[in-house]
Amino acid sequence: MLKYLEETQVTGTGSLLVQKLSRRMFLGTGTAFAIGAFATQAQAFPTWATGATAMPNGVREDPLIFVSIDEDGTVTLVAHRSEMGTGARTSLPMIMADEMEADWERVKIIQAEGDEPKYGNQDTDGSRSLRHHIQAARKIGGAVRHMLAAAAADRWGVDAATVTVANHEVKSASGDVLGFGDLAEAAMAMPVPAHDEVAYKSEDAFRYIGKGQVQITDLRDITTGDAIYGADVSVEGMKIAVIARPPVVGGRALSFDATDALNVPGVISVHELPYSNIPAKFAPLGGIAVVAENTYAAIQGRESLIIEWEAGPHGGYNSEPFMEEMKAAAGQPGVVLREQGDPDAAFADAARTFGQTYTQAHMAHIAMEPPAALASVTDQGIEIWAPVQSPYTTRTDVAEAMGVDPANVKVNVTLLGGGFGRKSKADFVTEAALLSREVGAPVRVQWTREDDVRHSFYHTASAERIEVALDEDGKVTGWKHNSVAPSILSTFAPDSGQQFFIESGMGHVDMPFDIPNVRCHNGKAMAHTRIGWFRAVSNVPRAWAIGSFVGELAAELGRDDRQMWLDLIGAPRSIDPVAEGYPENFWNYGEPMDEFPIETGRLADVLNMAADGIGYGKNLPEGEGIGLAVHRSFVSYVACAAHVKVVDGNVTVPEMHLAIDCGYAANPERIESQMQGAAVMGMTLALHSGITYRDGAVEQGNYYDYDVSRSDNYPRNVVTHIVPHPFSVHSTGVGEPGVPPVAPAIANALFHATGKRKRDLPMGVEV
Amino acid sequence: MALLNINGSDVELQAEDAMPLLWAVRDIAGMTGTKYGCGVGLCGACTVHIDGVAERSCQLTVGEVTGKAITTIEGLDPDGEHRVQQAWRELNVPQCGFCQSGQIMQAASFLAEKPDPSDDEILDAMSGNVCRCGCYQRIVAAVRLASTGS
Repeated sequence: MLKYLEETQVTGTGSLLVQKLSRRMFLGTGTAFAIGAFATQAQAFPTWATGATAMPNGVREDPLIFVSIDEDGTVTLVAHRSEMGTGARTSLPMIMADEMEADWERVKIIQAEGDEPKYGNQDTDGSRSLRHHIQAARKIGGAVRHMLAAAAADRWGVDAATVTVANHEVKSASGDVLGFGDLAEAAMAMPVPAHDEVAYKSEDAFRYIGKGQVQITDLRDITTGDAIYGADVSVEGMKIAVIARPPVVGGRALSFDATDALNVPGVISVHELPYSNIPAKFAPLGGIAVVAENTYAAIQGRESLIIEWEAGPHGGYNSEPFMEEMKAAAGQPGVVLREQGDPDAAFADAARTFGQTYTQAHMAHIAMEPPAALASVTDQGIEIWAPVQSPYTTRTDVAEAMGVDPANVKVNVTLLGGGFGRKSKADFVTEAALLSREVGAPVRVQWTREDDVRHSFYHTASAERIEVALDEDGKVTGWKHNSVAPSILSTFAPDSGQQFFIESGMGHVDMPFDIPNVRCHNGKAMAHTRIGWFRAVSNVPRAWAIGSFVGELAAELGRDDRQMWLDLIGAPRSIDPVAEGYPENFWNYGEPMDEFPIETGRLADVLNMAADGIGYGKNLPEGEGIGLAVHRSFVSYVACAAHVKVVDGNVTVPEMHLAIDCGYAANPERIESQMQGAAVMGMTLALHSGITYRDGAVEQGNYYDYDVSRSDNYPRNVVTHIVPHPFSVHSTGVGEPGVPPVAPAIANALFHATGKRKRDLPMGVEV
Repeated sequence: MALLNINGSDVELQAEDAMPLLWAVRDIAGMTGTKYGCGVGLCGACTVHIDGVAERSCQLTVGEVTGKAITTIEGLDPDGEHRVQQAWRELNVPQCGFCQSGQIMQAASFLAEKPDPSDDEILDAMSGNVCRCGCYQRIVAAVRLASTGS
């Protein structure tokens, strides 16, 4: 068992756990790791196939791209994935450092610019950083350790098999010592060994991997204000732009008067940007840009614009009637995506049937850092500084919009002040590039919070209808689930109103219950705004619907919630997608099913872990309750047990347990922080987050009408349980899968606390 | 032209009196540790100290703070070793980190005023500072750690 887990179980509460761990945030000196069997008895770890090879530009494993060593011994490691809070910029370099026996205190991290042909895929999205790059990180570190050993052996004229590498030093059998710095040049000139020539560290020799005792890379800079985010970069002659965008997607300015704006002190110029309508991928919305000497002047200038807008084709988008249409569609037959057994017969023969409909409003990501990007367009090319999740597609998108070769665009990646999917769309960067060209100077585009709330790529709105057929014993014999929601595909291609296979794969057609007759179908819903992905994407409404429904079904049948879940999950099995009627194009998060199967035993295990952790079944005072939910997403299994207490008519969550099975836990400390964050974001979307439209325009604007969970009401005492696995159990996703089970667990707990059932997200703070 | 006292130094800034302190600090003084998050005083990312007390710099104008002592995250401690900063590091608090200078400034001011707060007082004092990543559990623990040393 991981030491981390022992701590979890001993200390009982998350905050204590963190404290105890971090108090010992020393980094052990490690044990000398003998290269020993160099090239003769190499112990290469068995590799496995992942979906990384199907991602654009795949994975690079060349240590010469990722590692450099200075003569003073400083090891510089390249982080090629963006840092938006998940810890990717810490965890992948940490794995390289451990495998190469570098001392973390002497490691420097630099951020790769957007260059996938060089670094491999950089699209920091889909909870893929560790899942796709953990093997490469070990290979890179192991290869460099061998190169250091070989260089030292050469210097000493001894067999490389006789030298040891430990903690930034190489030692000979006779006691000679060379530091990494002494060997820097020679080591990096050595041939790079092949994977099967490398003796990798055994897991018990890991110093950082799996320990969770490494401080995050930017910790000091973050706490001193020196960390650099998108709006923190300045270059000589830079101007600031703030843009008035069409309130309705696809709209445009019929006319505008910039006279007053141009009279604002500090305002330099006003520019109209080209408009777009869906599907326009990540093209900017267009609008009227005010360019100024500083942000305040730009904001003042924009407020002084007089603009007559034309709404365009989506001016009739109103959330209330649209939701009613979706609910109606959910009650009708849709396009069948999964058909197992004979669901119609099961319903016809049922002793009884039971069904409910669950909805979710749109959501905006509202990362703490509103979008901001700096572009400098000159005759020499285009240089970008921006907080982007996908720097290479940023580069190609900007190149396309500017009509230049991507070779002439350089994208520097700053830290991201949160991303959650919003910052994988580079519309705000393209705006800066277009304006820099217009103005003839570097331009930083600053989005205000209102811009961010009103002009995002929104989490879809949805209606999910679930019905079951029951036999006389109350056993579920049939399941029908109609998912209705505008599709992300509408951002990329003409809208058919139907979802596509990636959305269907996120908790809809992969419903894992042991039910003989299943139909998953999809009713039509057209998009009238820019639909994008939000942390956990379609899993949020699916887990909300399925998780809430299991709670309702338990109540309907008079059963215990945990038993209801376990009955539905059934005996542990590895799902055969063909036998269970999954569609041929079933999307397993891009991963091969044989390496990343759907294992229902792991679902049950995390459910029990969370339920046991919170003391499920204990007696609670009136007005309190415990709810459960479990969901597989991003190839990980996460269960949530939430304790709800109604205080003065408001929903509070005094305790929450999240149990995650994410395969091998490379950095448990960041996994825990992601689960703590998922608890808060899950509670936020359960209670607060609803973007609504009137006449095509978003009705909300800032925290005053689009609030989030704050420290006076967030899930207190979040305890994270991590299922321990050896390295051979493939690491899966962490950033996203914590979110989906939280809202249904809260709703189920609220039901037990009050008897009231909520079916629409956001459910509101007040009971 | 404004004359402001920032982190113990008098600085002349080309900023009109009506400019929010946030933008004067960031754009004119070039100190970017103070963050823009909402512009309406509801997220706390722009928190600075005015004469030692936490305030939202987006809600104060240059004119209003002229003659007062302004402290930004860069000036909280000359070595970046304020006990709140140390506690934040000890508990590995941040995720994305964007809100944290505001959180730290809020916590430092709060603890100066209330050295030994209860948990409820901590939660209440920090409730104006949003963390979208959801680091609250560690933020609260770090405030407690900075307060009590445990």
